[in-house]
Amino acid sequence: MKRNRWGGWAAGRWAAGGALACLAGVGAFLGIAYRSGLPTVPTPKATEFPTELVSRGAALAAVGDCIVCHTVDKGVAYAGGRALATPFGTLYSTNITPDPETGIGGWSKEAFKRAMRDGVSRDGRHLYPALPYDHYRQVHDGDLDAIYAFLMTRPAASAPAKANDLIFPLGFRPLLAGWKLLFLHQEEFTPRPDRDAEWNRGAYLAEGLGHCSGCHSPRNLAGAEETGGGAYSGGVAEGWVAPALNGASPAAVPWTADSLYAYLRTGVDGRHGAAAGPMGPVVHGLSRAPEADVRAIATYIASLSADRAAPKAPSPPDRAAEAAKANPAGATLFAGACAGCHEGGAPMMTQGRPGLSTVTALQLDSPDNAIRAILQGIHPPTGPAGPTMPAFAASLTDAQIADLAAYLRSRFSDRPAWTSLATAAATVRKEDTQP
Amino acid sequence: MTVTITVNGADHSLDIDPATPLLYVLRDDLELNGAKYGCGLGQCGACTVHIDGKPAFSCLTPIGAVAGRRIRTVEGLGSAEAPGLLQQAFEKEQAAQCGYCIAGMLMRAQALLDRNPDPDEVQIRAHMQTNLCRCGTHMRILRAIRRAVAMRKGVHSAQEVRP
Repeated sequence: MKRNRWGGWAAGRWAAGGALACLAGVGAFLGIAYRSGLPTVPTPKATEFPTELVSRGAALAAVGDCIVCHTVDKGVAYAGGRALATPFGTLYSTNITPDPETGIGGWSKEAFKRAMRDGVSRDGRHLYPALPYDHYRQVHDGDLDAIYAFLMTRPAASAPAKANDLIFPLGFRPLLAGWKLLFLHQEEFTPRPDRDAEWNRGAYLAEGLGHCSGCHSPRNLAGAEETGGGAYSGGVAEGWVAPALNGASPAAVPWTADSLYAYLRTGVDGRHGAAAGPMGPVVHGLSRAPEADVRAIATYIASLSADRAAPKAPSPPDRAAEAAKANPAGATLFAGACAGCHEGGAPMMTQGRPGLSTVTALQLDSPDNAIRAILQGIHPPTGPAGPTMPAFAASLTDAQIADLAAYLRSRFSDRPAWTSLATAAATVRKEDTQP
Repeated sequence: MTVTITVNGADHSLDIDPATPLLYVLRDDLELNGAKYGCGLGQCGACTVHIDGKPAFSCLTPIGAVAGRRIRTVEGLGSAEAPGLLQQAFEKEQAAQCGYCIAGMLMRAQALLDRNPDPDEVQIRAHMQTNLCRCGTHMRILRAIRRAVAMRKGVHSAQEVRP
């Protein structure tokens, strides 16, 4: 009894102490998490910004591709509302037009820069790192001025933010302060003296506004990008594999600055394939960015895989006879559905389009990109004239797509055969038909 | 090799290379000449038919891939004597100039109406995007689809078919 009472007292004391410690911890955390609101300002007039500054901002916004996330399909540019699916739930992008009520019209330059660097809204709320402020921190002050000028001179649109749909407890934004303590340490970009000006310009754009590693690097369980050796070792974007850009690049033919420039500028390179999925909008942005900036990005990205071992085979494989023997059903489907464009001598092949043995989708460990391209087709990212492939979702069944993918892999790649292809095809088809 | 396909409800058994495009079988073997050969690359839509209710390019569909599946062609929508509702709407709007693309246009549009009997202008335009008309009668084609929607609802005035 006594022991029990003693025990009870001790437990009570521990509990009280624990509660106090928790309170202190919560208090300290909220202290760190608290960010004050910044006052609203009268919306600056478009005429206040020099034209030169606005057009520089336009070029930078094209590299940053702000419009992709901040615009819904066929919606008003920059008015937000696009759903961004994340492993943590669905986020909706916000209105970044200069509408004073629902956009950023009342935001001062300081409030804008704080959002871009610290991920804090004008009113003091933490912003989710779907806005890649871990990258934007690296952007120079003058460039943020230019982007501010660009956004403030867009037509204002009234579009209130949609409520996010996140798993519990991530709707509680002060938690983001903890994420930032752990992962938000990037500094403003400093050029590397051992590299030339073009490389440094490319590194600045790719690491900062371009946020290339946002998709091309793996992310940890908290959704933060892997850095150091893991950077650019490949990631995922909207279900598509974003291939590694470092030495682990799966490209059949190593990328060069010239081939990257062609790919980034036009959406297709004759020795690597066509931009598809979320890479399409990236190309769309870069097709209108300054040529020198796109060249610089190409130079920087090509340097990431410079240490890659040279391919073993002198030229990419094309083993039509063996593949047909191993996968006769796939060979028949290929002859009827694909050969008109992809077989040697087809009209498309005389226009500098990539042969399938150089297409990266067939070299990846996962068959998903190849399956997605077959199901959805490829749509030209830069307008009507560009790489186009029709969708085969209606004409081929999952089992047929599996046969076809197995044939393609064995004919055009030296890598191990893909497995569970019918399941993969069914899964990708299901994902594609989700609203 | 023998392949059996079901076209407009009728079964046909053919001794044929399974890689043969469905379009060639429809035109050359079954004498269903509605679907047309346009580009042969899945870029123009003149060859569009339904496979299990969904629009597909028959020029890029190997016959072996559609064994046992339901195929519907423009001949399945109605005949010259008894045209279907969408065909009547195309006639009323004079939506064909040379007419080469029209069988594909009809099948593409019919697939939309089967799924959504009352599509809005944005949905119609997005759905029809894959089919091209080289004469430039796209505006009439869009009007014909809107007319078919209105006719189904029992509305026949021209006013209703303007966007």
